[in-house]
Amino acid sequence: MLTKRIIPCLDVRDGKVVKGVQFANHRIIGDILELAELYSQAGADELVFYDITASSDNRTVSKEWVKKIAQRINIPFCVAGGIRTLADAEAILNAGADKLSLNSPALENPDLIGQFAAKFGQQCVVVGIDSLKVSDDYKVCQYTGDAKKMLQTERSTVDWIKEVQQRGAGEVVLNCMNQDGMRKGYDIEQLKFMRSQTTLPLIASGGAGSMQDFLTVFKDAQVDGALAATIFHSGIITIPELKKFLKENNLEIR
Amino acid sequence: MIVIIKGCGSNIASIEMAFARLGKEPVLTTDVKLIQAASHVILPGVGTAKHAMLELQNLNLIEVIRQLKQPVLGICLGMQLLHEFSEEGDVECLGILPGKVALLPQKPGFTRPHMGWNQLRAEKPQSPLLQGVADKSHVYFVHSYAVPVNANTIASTTHSAPFSAMVQYNNFFGAQFHPERSGTVGELILKNFCDYSK
Repeated sequence: MLTKRIIPCLDVRDGKVVKGVQFANHRIIGDILELAELYSQAGADELVFYDITASSDNRTVSKEWVKKIAQRINIPFCVAGGIRTLADAEAILNAGADKLSLNSPALENPDLIGQFAAKFGQQCVVVGIDSLKVSDDYKVCQYTGDAKKMLQTERSTVDWIKEVQQRGAGEVVLNCMNQDGMRKGYDIEQLKFMRSQTTLPLIASGGAGSMQDFLTVFKDAQVDGALAATIFHSGIITIPELKKFLKENNLEIR
Repeated sequence: MIVIIKGCGSNIASIEMAFARLGKEPVLTTDVKLIQAASHVILPGVGTAKHAMLELQNLNLIEVIRQLKQPVLGICLGMQLLHEFSEEGDVECLGILPGKVALLPQKPGFTRPHMGWNQLRAEKPQSPLLQGVADKSHVYFVHSYAVPVNANTIASTTHSAPFSAMVQYNNFFGAQFHPERSGTVGELILKNFCDYSK
């Protein structure tokens, strides 16, 4: 049986790992390579690196740090940030990344999803979706790396999830923006609903504050992985103790 | 000399780096003479079967790979390519191992692609690649297509259906998962492959 994945997320800005609250006020957490190795050795199942300002600054992630990470760690990792062309994607995969995550560029040009899937295979195309609850609906947001440039699109999250699946995405990371950095738990209601709308692997993001939050999101929303940043970076919980807790609660964990 | 065949996928860098962590210096090439002279050959692959077979054809490598006598390891798509045929793009593959690559069935409660860490069940624990690998070890998979369990399966895994996680036929080996990204278990499997000589 597939294990539930625990995925630390490293938001990268100017070569440093940073963390904000609800997508703003970023502060520096530490060095990329040190954190990548630390999490990998602690039992993380995968790592995600978001160059959070790449899209809003209109540039691609640096291949240099992608390569350094790939040399050091022996678990899969995904890279996101302003990947707009097949050439960008190829360069990042050639630098050693296992998956690419498209967010804002997929909204600018949805054809990218199909182009990447045809060239590199569906399995390395992840679509990141920043979803905001607006009255009774969920809407997709764009350029969330920069508070000044962020915009709310007219797309409903559920329609976009269905569209990206149909276009050839291999996985969806759903960032529930109302919960981001709040440490009050994942958005179970939204994740449970989106889980019922797609057969793609679904990764929950935004809101983890305790070990119980992970158990709840895996049991109640049936997501495949849970992504978190703040609680790992700040040392509130460690990956070994989290995995032990989830195993004791009968989840399939590596 | 370990050779990684270039041109049929994009996860080549991570495979190269995994061998570097084992103290090896693999050569990335499409050169026929280098491939033939290698002690061990890696056939990687991320991407689609159709695309990869076209690349191998353009590089005139199809017959070269079929005739290799040294240990060959196909990784992920590379393992699929060793078989007769793939449903992914309905394409003839290398045909070194019998069997067809088929889409994993879509069943309620099972995602597709099969993505993440799953358990190996040793079908032939005596295989050189499985030496020291504990039964039920977790390795990292990312794929939608797979080879059904057959006489050449040395380890199987179950998602929406059981499939071949590892195969061996004479000097040809295959791993459906990514040993280069499967932690210490993956490293051991790669080391076993390097240590194996026919």
